[in-house]
Order: sequence, then structure tokens, then C-alpha cells
Amino acid sequence: MSSATSVDKSVDGEKPELAHKQFEEPRSDLPGLGGSDRGGPDERGPEEELVQILTPMGERISQPVLDTWVADVDGDQLVSLYEDMVVVRRIDVEATALQRQGELGLWPPLLGQEASQIGSARALRKDDFVFTSYRENAVAYARGVQLVDLVRVWRGTAFSGWNPFDVGMATPQVIIGAQTLHATGYAIGCQKDGVDSVAVAYFGDGATSQGDVSEAMIFAASFNAPVIFFCQNNQWAISEPVGLQAVRPIADRSPGFGIPSMRVDGNDVLAVMAATRIALDRARTGGGPTFIEAVTYRMGPHTTSDDPSRYEDGAEHEEWAAKDPILRLERYLESAGILTDEVRAAVKTKSDEVAREFRAECVGLKNPEPLSVFENVYAAPHSGLERQKRQYAAYLSYVEGGTR
Amino acid sequence: MTEQLTLSRALNAGLRRSLADNDRVLLMGEDIGTLGGVFRVTDGLKAEFGADRVIDTPLAEAGIVGTAIGLAYRGYRPVCEIQFDGFIYPAFDQIVAQVAKLHYRTGGNLVLPITIRVPYGGGIGAVEHHSESPEAYFAHTAGLRVVTCANPQDAYSMIREAVASDDPVLFFEPKRRYWVKGDVDFEEEALPLGSARIVATGSDVTLVAYGPLVATALDAALAAADDGLSVEVIDLRSLSPVDFDTVEASVRKTGRLVITHEAAQSGGIGAEIAASITDRCFYHLEAAPQRVTGFDIPYPPAKLEEHFLPDLDRILDAVDRVMGRENSLTGWSAS
Ligand SMILES: Cc1ncc(C[n+]2csc(CCOP(=O)(O)OP(=O)(O)O)c2C)c(N)n1
Ligand SMILES: [Mg+2]
Repeated sequence: MSSATSVDKSVDGEKPELAHKQFEEPRSDLPGLGGSDRGGPDERGPEEELVQILTPMGERISQPVLDTWVADVDGDQLVSLYEDMVVVRRIDVEATALQRQGELGLWPPLLGQEASQIGSARALRKDDFVFTSYRENAVAYARGVQLVDLVRVWRGTAFSGWNPFDVGMATPQVIIGAQTLHATGYAIGCQKDGVDSVAVAYFGDGATSQGDVSEAMIFAASFNAPVIFFCQNNQWAISEPVGLQAVRPIADRSPGFGIPSMRVDGNDVLAVMAATRIALDRARTGGGPTFIEAVTYRMGPHTTSDDPSRYEDGAEHEEWAAKDPILRLERYLESAGILTDEVRAAVKTKSDEVAREFRAECVGLKNPEPLSVFENVYAAPHSGLERQKRQYAAYLSYVEGGTR
Repeated sequence: MTEQLTLSRALNAGLRRSLADNDRVLLMGEDIGTLGGVFRVTDGLKAEFGADRVIDTPLAEAGIVGTAIGLAYRGYRPVCEIQFDGFIYPAFDQIVAQVAKLHYRTGGNLVLPITIRVPYGGGIGAVEHHSESPEAYFAHTAGLRVVTCANPQDAYSMIREAVASDDPVLFFEPKRRYWVKGDVDFEEEALPLGSARIVATGSDVTLVAYGPLVATALDAALAAADDGLSVEVIDLRSLSPVDFDTVEASVRKTGRLVITHEAAQSGGIGAEIAASITDRCFYHLEAAPQRVTGFDIPYPPAKLEEHFLPDLDRILDAVDRVMGRENSLTGWSAS
């Protein structure tokens, strides 16, 4: 901790009750570090400051700081990461098809963001807790959410597909950015309870414009909260390019709040995993919050209701297709002799099975009981609502009786 | 000149005309420029008027409304789009604490000709936060005018009146009716923004509706006619101020009042109308005013929305109630 600035010394030299962390210069030992003296996008191309372990061609390059954090990831684990990415892509494609067939109301594809989501989520412990937006279905999968629970909200049968406490993952957030504050509060709670669990907030590039996200970073910095701000910069907020939200790389923003940042290739599952592990380690050992910008691309539409042809440039899309996260891991695994025909077949069987089960369970979901709309509005009985419920029950039996 | 337009195209035409008529008019919001808005209400306007006047903003509702206030200080007339009803709350502080009160606080020196457009209401099978009816919060706030259109003609005329208003206007657009077509007379002599409109005349019951439920109310009036009942339907159009004179005159004639809205019942627009009309017409009422509204619950998941939204049958049931006919609550007791 730097002693150059001492903001928490009270006038008479006594420590105030809430000893806030002293201001710390952004750590210079973090890879892809965001610090206040960095050049803007005009001075440095976005590519060269990206931290990467696997190139788009599937070559593994040496990245001294990151390498140590994924040194334990052996062939089996690589295959397992690969399998997860293939499976979640399959789920995503299947869900899009289900929407087209009228089985889902809407679906927000994660196509192209598999490495960002799997690489980060697979780094977490069971007792960590994640707060995501609507797009993190691969995170949910990695947290152990049941297949059928992924689609309940998109089929419109429930607002929460699962019990957050079963899987350490909050109900996905539709209000852009709100969950970053929840994650920060959760992290403050962990800190107060003296446990080393970490909270992770997932959000998009667009979300960084919301006041909530700035407030979350302020709280996290002031209380040195064990929280990770994991921003998937997929280049778009519906039709708005990231340049409208941030004139400098997004990773540049958090250092101003006193939160060090890393800017990683979000299509490189190993780099993402390493960065997440670094941030987790900082959080668990009292190092406080870290901001990770995973630079990736939304290869599909914003949601199944969106029409990107109105705003997206085809050439840019093509460029990113060449950086596909699954393809590059596949290439690496092939060159390392890990991706044998046997492994390939096993992964294919697994994703076929998952897709079949996913579809069957989705289509089999029943509509809830009408009167369930009155449930769980309050934790304790509410006389006004009870009256409405009874009157509506009377109404339903009246109309079902055929009188009206 | 008259043309058949959908409600959303009529809004588009009204906004285009507003932009053309006054170069201080600006549109701002998320995805309204290149994309033309998620409902395409602003489609083509950026191409026509340029990115200086049809502005894609960063993703921040408080930012949109807050900067609109600064633009109003400079004499601009910003038209803000909130993408969906449920996303207005980040801007709630700027609207309620600032937009609504600054004219008062500045002793009338500052005018805030800000229009805040909000697609609202349910019935489209959407995910959460996409089907809400938050109008009562704003009608409860002094300093804001709150209006809602129900047909393409009013969409065209009312959006122009809202943009021309020197008061801030919350302009609620019934999103499930965006695709409904109707005749739009571009030279129509528009009703004043604060007035209601009688859309069907009748003598037995006054049925007050607004926004998405006006069409449902008209259907109910037709169905009631088959039962020998004459229902007068009022499209309220303005929720602040409410045109109580029009409602009062109707209730003096019919003696019975039913109000319907999608928003939850408690503290809603219906409660205000029931109370004010009871006060004005106490001796003319044959029955207690009835409200047919969404329940006092969060808007439910899509597969359950039919068990929240007022529909034809629930409205007719309330009509039966004020008529003293058999209805779902005949013989009902609270216990
Ligand atoms: C408060 C709020 N405003 C607007 C929206 C509408 N909306 C939904 S997603 C989205 C874009 C989000 O972009 P980003 O944060 O980059 O996440 P991505 O969708 O790219 O994953 C917008 C504007 C919303 N859900 N909540
Ligand atoms: Mg994005």
C-alpha cells in the first residue's frame, strides 16, 4: 500500500472507525494494466494492448504473468473447457431455433462470447457469487444451472429460472448495470463476515454508461470490496457501437476510481481464466476490487427481436469471425495432439444429448396456475392483496362456470 | 391530406413535422438514430435531419433526461425516448426532482419544453420490465403533464402538441397498439392536449379508458349493446390534468362509472377519477364507481399476463356490477 497519499488519517491522527483503504496507485504488475498514464485509442491500437495466451490461429504464446496462473490447466482441463464452450454454443443455437419456432418469447444469443463466459465462470469457487445480465447463459451453465432453468424466463413462465442460493448466481438482471451494485454489496457482506468468497458482476460495454456502474466502482473502491467487475465488451449495445459509451478503452475507466484493470482477449479462454484468477486472488487476499475488460464480439443479434443488418458492418463481422473463441482452442488442441477423434466424438455426443434434453424440457414446460400471480409479492400476508386474490378467484370460477 | 398509418408511423410523422417546424427540437435516446428505435418510431429521422438533431445517446436514462434539462436551459426542446416503460426509473430522480420542479423553483424564469416518450403497457408477451404502466407516479407529480394516445390520429396530433408545449410532458405510447392502423388527417384541428374525447356515446354507463385499453373498452361497449346496454366510452387522453368536466357531464347523464387501466389499482388514475367524480356527481350516481385494473402486483411473467390485464370480460363484469345485474361478486363476502 502506498503511503504517499493518506486520505484516511483523521485530523488528530486517530484512525476513523471505517478505515477506508488508502489510495493505491494502480498496480503495475497486472497484465494489460489500466493506469492513468495510458495512451488513448489514437495512440495505441486496441489490439496490441490486449492480453492473450492463444492467438486466433491457435498458437500458444508466452505471457509470463498470465502463464503462471494457468500452469495447472492440463490436457483434460483444456478438453473440459472446450467441451463447455461447444455445449453452450449448442444450447444457444438450439434456443434461437426454439424462439423461431414460437417456443420461447425471446432469446439473447451469446454466440462469440463463449470464452469470456466459460473462462471466467470456470475460475470461480462454489461459494463465490455471480450477478449477471441476461446474456450470461454460459456462466449459468458453468455454475450448474439446470438446462430447463435456463429458459423459464424466456418462455415467460417465471421471472427467475432458479433459486440464486442453489447455484451462487443471482437472477439475471435486465435493468442495465443494476447488478454491479448488488455484487458490490454482496462483497462488502463477505468482507464483514470474514469469509474469502468473492462476488463477480458481469455486465456489458453499454452498461458502463449507467450511473449505477460508476457508483458500484466507487463503493467497491471505498470499502476495498472483494468484487470483480467483469465487463464483456462485445462492441455493441443493441445498435450503438462501444465508441459511443467510451472514447477510450473501457479498461481505462476504473483506475480513476482506484480500481486496477486488465484488458484481455475475451475470445481466449485461457487468458480470460488467468485474468479472472488474478482478480480472484487479489479479492480473496484483501487486495480489493479488480476490473476486467474482456474484449469480444457479439456474433449474433442483440436478441432474437433484433435486426443487426440495420447497423452492423459486414466486414467487421467477418474480421471477428476469424477470431472465433472455439475455433482457436480447437486449433491449439489439435496442434498439441489433444483433440483426438475420440475426444471430438465424445464432445459431439455430449452436445447432442444436451441439445435434445434442453429442447424436450423447454417444450414440456407448463404454464403456471393463474392465481400464482398473487404469490411472493410480499413475504408476509397483505390484506389488500388477499382481497384482490379472492375476488379474482371468484371471478375465474364465475367465468369458467360459463355465466359470462 | 389524409393517410392510413399505423400508430407508430403516425408518431413518426408527428415527430418529423415537429423537427421540420422548429429547429430547436431535438430527439435523443438509446438506439433512436441509426436503428430508428426498437419500435422504429424514429425510423428515417436521423437520415433526414442529421445526427445533430436525432441523437443516439450513451446508455443512461438519467443522463438523457438530465442533459435534456441543460439543453432546455439553452432554449432547446428535447424529445427524449425511454426505450421501455421499465427503464424510466434511472431517470426518475431527474424527472421528479428536476424536470417537474425547475419552472417553479426558478419563479417561472426557466421553461422546460421537454417531452419524454415512453412506450408502455403489456400484452406483447415480453420479458420483465417491458410491460409496465408507470403513469400514476408521474400524474402524482406536480409540474408534469401526462398524456397518452390511443389511435394514430391522436398519436400524430398529440405528439406535436406535446413537443410544442412549454411544460414538460410525459408522453405514454401504448406499445401493443403501435401496429394498429387508422386514418390520419395531417391538417386536423387537434383537441387541446388536456382534453378527453368521447369515442362512443351511450346512456347507461360511462366507461373511462386510456391508451391501450380504449380499443378494449370500445369492444366492451359493442358487446354490451348486444345485451341491451348503452355504454358511453371516454378516451381520457390526458392523465394530468384530467378533463373531469367531460367525465362529469357523462356521468351526470348515465349515473354509472367504470374506469379501466392496466396499471395497478391502488393509488392509480382510476382511484383519482372515482374520488373526484363521486365528489362532483354524488347525487347522480346510481352505483359506486368500479375500477377494472391490473392487480396490485408486479407485472407477471408473459404466460400469466392474461391474468393481470383487464379484458373485455372483466370490463363487462364491472358493467354488470354498476347495473346491478348478476356478476362475479354477486353474493360474495370478504371472508
Ligand atoms: C435501464 C435500461 N435501459 C435500457 C435497457 C434496454 N437495453 C437492453 S440491453 C441494452 C444494451 C446493453 O448493452 P451492453 O451493456 O453492451 O450489453 P450486451 O447486450 O451487449 O450484452 C439496452 C439498451 C435496459 N434493459 N435497461
Ligand atoms: Mg455490449
